[in-house]
Amino acid sequence: MYDAGKIIVGLIIGIGLLLFPFYYNAGKAAKAPEPQLTPKAKEAKVCVAETSYMKTSHMHLLERWRQEVVRGGERYYTASNGKVYYKSVEETCLDCHSNKSKFCDQCHDYMRISPYCWDCHIAPKETK
Amino acid sequence: MDIDRRKFLKIAGLSAVMGIGGKAAFELLAPKELEASLREVPLTQGKKWGMVVNMAKMDDEIMKRCMEACNRVHNIPNFGDPRVEIKWIWEETYEHSFPGQEHEYIGEKYLGRNFLLMCNHCTDPPCCRVCPTGATWKREDGIVMMDWHRCIGCRFCMAGCPYGSRSFNWGDPRKAPKELNPDFPTNRDYPTRSKGVVEKCTFCDERIARGQIPACVEAANEIREGALVFGDLDDPDSDIRKVLRAHYSIRRKPELGTGPNVYYII
Amino acid sequence: MLDKALKGSATYWGWLLFLLAFIGVGFGCYLYQFSEGLRITGMSRDVSWGFYIGQFTYLVGVAASGVMVVLPYYIHNYKAFARITILGEFLAVSAIVMCGLFISVDLGYLPRVMNIILYPHPNSILFWDMIVLNVYLLLNIFIGWNVLSAERKGVHYPKWITPLIYISIPWAFSIHTVTAFLYAGLPGRHFWLTAIMAARFLASAFCSGPALLILLCFIVRKLSRFDPGKEQIRTLGGIVAYAMILNVFFFLLELFTAFYSRIPEHMHAIVYLFFGLEGHTRLVPWMWGATVFAVIALVLLIIPQLRRREGILAIACGSVIVATWIDKGLALVVGGFIPNPFDRIFEYWPTTPEVFISLGVYATGFFVLSVLYKIAVSVKEEVAA
Ligand code: SF4
Ligand code: SF4
Repeated sequence: MYDAGKIIVGLIIGIGLLLFPFYYNAGKAAKAPEPQLTPKAKEAKVCVAETSYMKTSHMHLLERWRQEVVRGGERYYTASNGKVYYKSVEETCLDCHSNKSKFCDQCHDYMRISPYCWDCHIAPKETK
Repeated sequence: MDIDRRKFLKIAGLSAVMGIGGKAAFELLAPKELEASLREVPLTQGKKWGMVVNMAKMDDEIMKRCMEACNRVHNIPNFGDPRVEIKWIWEETYEHSFPGQEHEYIGEKYLGRNFLLMCNHCTDPPCCRVCPTGATWKREDGIVMMDWHRCIGCRFCMAGCPYGSRSFNWGDPRKAPKELNPDFPTNRDYPTRSKGVVEKCTFCDERIARGQIPACVEAANEIREGALVFGDLDDPDSDIRKVLRAHYSIRRKPELGTGPNVYYII
Repeated sequence: MLDKALKGSATYWGWLLFLLAFIGVGFGCYLYQFSEGLRITGMSRDVSWGFYIGQFTYLVGVAASGVMVVLPYYIHNYKAFARITILGEFLAVSAIVMCGLFISVDLGYLPRVMNIILYPHPNSILFWDMIVLNVYLLLNIFIGWNVLSAERKGVHYPKWITPLIYISIPWAFSIHTVTAFLYAGLPGRHFWLTAIMAARFLASAFCSGPALLILLCFIVRKLSRFDPGKEQIRTLGGIVAYAMILNVFFFLLELFTAFYSRIPEHMHAIVYLFFGLEGHTRLVPWMWGATVFAVIALVLLIIPQLRRREGILAIACGSVIVATWIDKGLALVVGGFIPNPFDRIFEYWPTTPEVFISLGVYATGFFVLSVLYKIAVSVKEEVAA
């Protein structure tokens, strides 16, 4: 209990463990991947919201949609340009972005996040 | 069908416009028009959805089709093990569907005959009362809904439901044996569920939202009109009300006060 | 005071290591359950709660029973119990820790457990159970810790603790009442749908908890220089006797209502448990075992001359624990699901991983209990010296 030496050794080991992820990843910086658009997405030109907004905040939009659809039963979304969309991951988002691996996964992997959306929502079959 | 001819034609027209996926409509209709036209579809505007199972018109073949249709559109896995089965709509014999109602002199016409069972979308549902998170709740239109994003899998609702209408995902549905589920998931536009949440029949809320009748009713109608009648119990002129006025019907365990909204014409 | 937990004999450390081994195995099994889902348990769509929830229910009773030492001391000014209130409070703390863990391992989607607080639904009894259990845990930690520190310093505990102590008394009743309400308000589960459920729960808690406490007192006396006291143990023995009589009496009331009314749904679960239904008899030997233990316990407890002999009291307490555990930890939950809503019978039996996870939770609880008791007993020894 009063053994200062042991406490210090313990502290050092503890801090070392805490910092482990940092030096484990040190020097591994990779270039951020660019999401790729399918021909269909390119042709559509616009998404349901501004590209810049979608890039940073699509998860918030999806979160809102899921709340509105499941809890509120409202299934139609009017974009700022007046166009109406059916709020559905499968039928709207993935209809254009049918290349999950190149559009979604690249960035998610890069960011080391694995959204649990895919536990239930089904990604389109991709032809390689 | 629970809608008169004129309205039906309107729906038929609209569904044709919308296509199965409902996507085409957006290109053809301006936003205001689309909303207005959907509002006109009586199937999106119910106050108290209910179902009649007319056993006089029902047979084993129709029941089989109904179950297949539901399993297909909702990606219901088959584990091949009654202990962990997922059941939204299923069959059960008379004496086990209405336990306590059978007696020793009952005719063969009923004893051992299969009935079609599903969630009763109760008026005062105990499942919703006991849920600690609101992951299952009663919508304004009478549907007892499930939110698979919110459910914590405590299974209180399964203890609360006196009809065995709720199924728990004991394992990941995507890991269900391949031989029993050759083309799972069967509907790529509908999610599967994650392991650890409870699920059940939702009266096809996703279809009603676009003016389509529930998948089981559609399947039944293809063989025989009126074997299943779906509609708004709040509307005295609806077909379901007409059927209920014309025939004597029973419900499962009405004495518990849950107010089941699935009726059986014997 | 925590340092007291760090200085102990080889037996103490050996015991903790032994528990750690079980915790490790249980945790490993839990990781397996976490990745595969609850299908690795014996539960099914028909018996959708099992061993975990049974243990939870039993342990809420153990936690509530802490009040049986607190109440006589603080309300009736029964001075003798001053020596052992801390043991009752720390037993309650570790029991609630186990309750929390049993609920956690039973959840299908544990990472979302905060939804109970993020989307509170006061219409759910589970919501209230979560509240009363957590508050009871905090109450017992605060009270126990402060009273013990004060005792160590030889001063009276701080004034603000007194109201907490008085709150903790009805609170103990509330935790087990609310837990009974989890079951007693469900339409269609006839075995549970009984107004006397909360009373039965309390009666069985107030015999099984103090019985456990008596056994713990014997162990404490053996392993340390602190003696919880002859009179204390004798009084606890009396409490166990009365509570066990009530417990059995309440159960007999259930039997009367079910079998005199002869309403099939009310009889089915009981018949299943004691005689089996349609050839399904898995719990029958257990139920008769429980009956035998209950009878032994009653005989030994009711006759004062027997009860006052400590060796015999220990046997009686052991029998009480076994009988109430089978009744509440095993039969109560499973029996409520049999027959199922379709009047069909699907039986339940826990699987090996399920049992190991449960043992892991028990080991965690006993770990907490051992550490807390170590602290309490060391303080008592220090004060006495
Ligand atoms: S049948 Fe069961 S699941 Fe459906 S609403 Fe009624 S209680 Fe809830
Ligand atoms: S299992 Fe899910 S839906 Fe059922 S009561 Fe628990 S949180 Fe609610």
